[in-house]
Amino acid sequence: MQTYDLEENGLRGLNAALQAQNAETNRTRWEVVNPKGSHAIAVGLDAPIEVTVKGSTGYYCGGMNQQATVRVEGSAGPGVAENMMSGQVIINGDASQYAGATGHGGLLVIKGNASSRCGISMKGIDIVVHGNIGHMSAFMAQAGNLVVCGDAGDALGDSLYEARLFVRGSVKSLGADCIKKEMRPEHLEILKDLLERAGSDAKPEEFKRYGSARQLYNFDVDKSAAY
Amino acid sequence: MCGIVGLFLKDQSLAPKLGDMLTDMLITMTDRGPDSAGIAIYGNESQGKTKLTVQSPNPDEDFAGLAEDLGQALGVSVTQSITDTHAVLEIPGDQFEAARAALAEIRPSIRLMSRGETLEIYKEVGLPKDVAARFNLSGMSGTHGIGHTRMATESAVTTMGAHPFNTGPDQCLVHNGSLSNHNSLRRKLRREGVTIQTENDTEVGAAYLTWKMMNGATLGEALQSSLDDLDGFFTFLVGTKDGFGVVRDPIACKPAVMAETDQYVAFGSEYRALVNLPGIEEARVWEPEPSTVYFWSHTDSPTTHEKAA
Repeated sequence: MQTYDLEENGLRGLNAALQAQNAETNRTRWEVVNPKGSHAIAVGLDAPIEVTVKGSTGYYCGGMNQQATVRVEGSAGPGVAENMMSGQVIINGDASQYAGATGHGGLLVIKGNASSRCGISMKGIDIVVHGNIGHMSAFMAQAGNLVVCGDAGDALGDSLYEARLFVRGSVKSLGADCIKKEMRPEHLEILKDLLERAGSDAKPEEFKRYGSARQLYNFDVDKSAAY
Repeated sequence: MCGIVGLFLKDQSLAPKLGDMLTDMLITMTDRGPDSAGIAIYGNESQGKTKLTVQSPNPDEDFAGLAEDLGQALGVSVTQSITDTHAVLEIPGDQFEAARAALAEIRPSIRLMSRGETLEIYKEVGLPKDVAARFNLSGMSGTHGIGHTRMATESAVTTMGAHPFNTGPDQCLVHNGSLSNHNSLRRKLRREGVTIQTENDTEVGAAYLTWKMMNGATLGEALQSSLDDLDGFFTFLVGTKDGFGVVRDPIACKPAVMAETDQYVAFGSEYRALVNLPGIEEARVWEPEPSTVYFWSHTDSPTTHEKAA
């Protein structure tokens, strides 16, 4: 186990050390102490390593992650796991706005609540939130799965493309072109797998599925008021 | 950008350390706002007196004999204490309008930073650590306080454009964001008789709340109606003699995080600002909801959770 004191040794040293690891590294487990809400902790990783942050983080923790597993024992600030490609980011506490924004792959697990714009423009990432999510979540989401074990705020899935949204609790309102859809067996399979991997004991049957009505894909002058 | 910090003490044994804690929070927010910094602190009250915090670009000239000259002009006794470019004048509580008029006569280059029974505002252009050192902010005590680090967008980087803004007795406002309807609202408020000193958007927000309260609204009601009448982005932190309140616009893209323990309620633009507060590891930490008014007051029994005003 490698322990890195962020307060003492600084952010650039941490990210340089983590980014220097590759598939053959034997330094596979890292612990970051004294994060104190710092920004850009453990970003741009590209190796199968495990990084545990002992506290809360600021902006963009785990951004652009590939292969690595990043765990935050506290809460995360805005833009956690932004543009993640693969690997896992797990937040024990809450996440601030635009968690998992533009993510292409991997799994983001938030054990508390996520605030506004969770999964905005997601492009293939899977996001599982054990608690609630805020307004404008999955705005313009293109691919991937957003699973919410609690409630969703206003304008869920506004201008959605092909991402799947699963919500167990209430949805305050649906955004433009987002509709409730039939839950088919293949969706229950996807949900079962994601909930298991995210450590949630929620039952797939308790969720409702939402997705795109596909009415806003192409410009249609008769629908201009809805754009 | 801009950084906001605030601290409301439930446990008054921390009062002597308020300035110290707020200064640490303020300096941590330097990279959100290196242009100017300011702090509003609610400290001691002298019975029946109003405190005027004034600022001068030429403090040596302007502050020499100021208390005597103002006292003579008003026919009352005035005391003053000077800190760098700022001075706090204590005048009888009913003399504010007369004092404002007299100051414009006897010291035309003096600017009024704040007025109130307990409120003092200190703000200047420069890095937060330098501003804090000039005024010895860390040595100040009080019941609650608000600080701001500014990255200017809507108006010039000047002392008068720095936050907090004071537009009514013991009221102050700091803001992260930008208001887009401030010009029309400024004209309207001036017609209604509200004094607005600058071209800054935030001062209009502060004056709007003052105007609402002049017309009978509670602070909670004024904050609620700001959601309808102010156009733009805002996270506001508002101070009054009794406490402070928070409101965010419906989009809520300007960050905010709060922490509460048995000893205090704290506000920061980022969690970084809160990390050195006592007991922060055990604090309840949360992000205030959009379009929701929060307020904490010393005159109510201590709250263990946030409450809508």
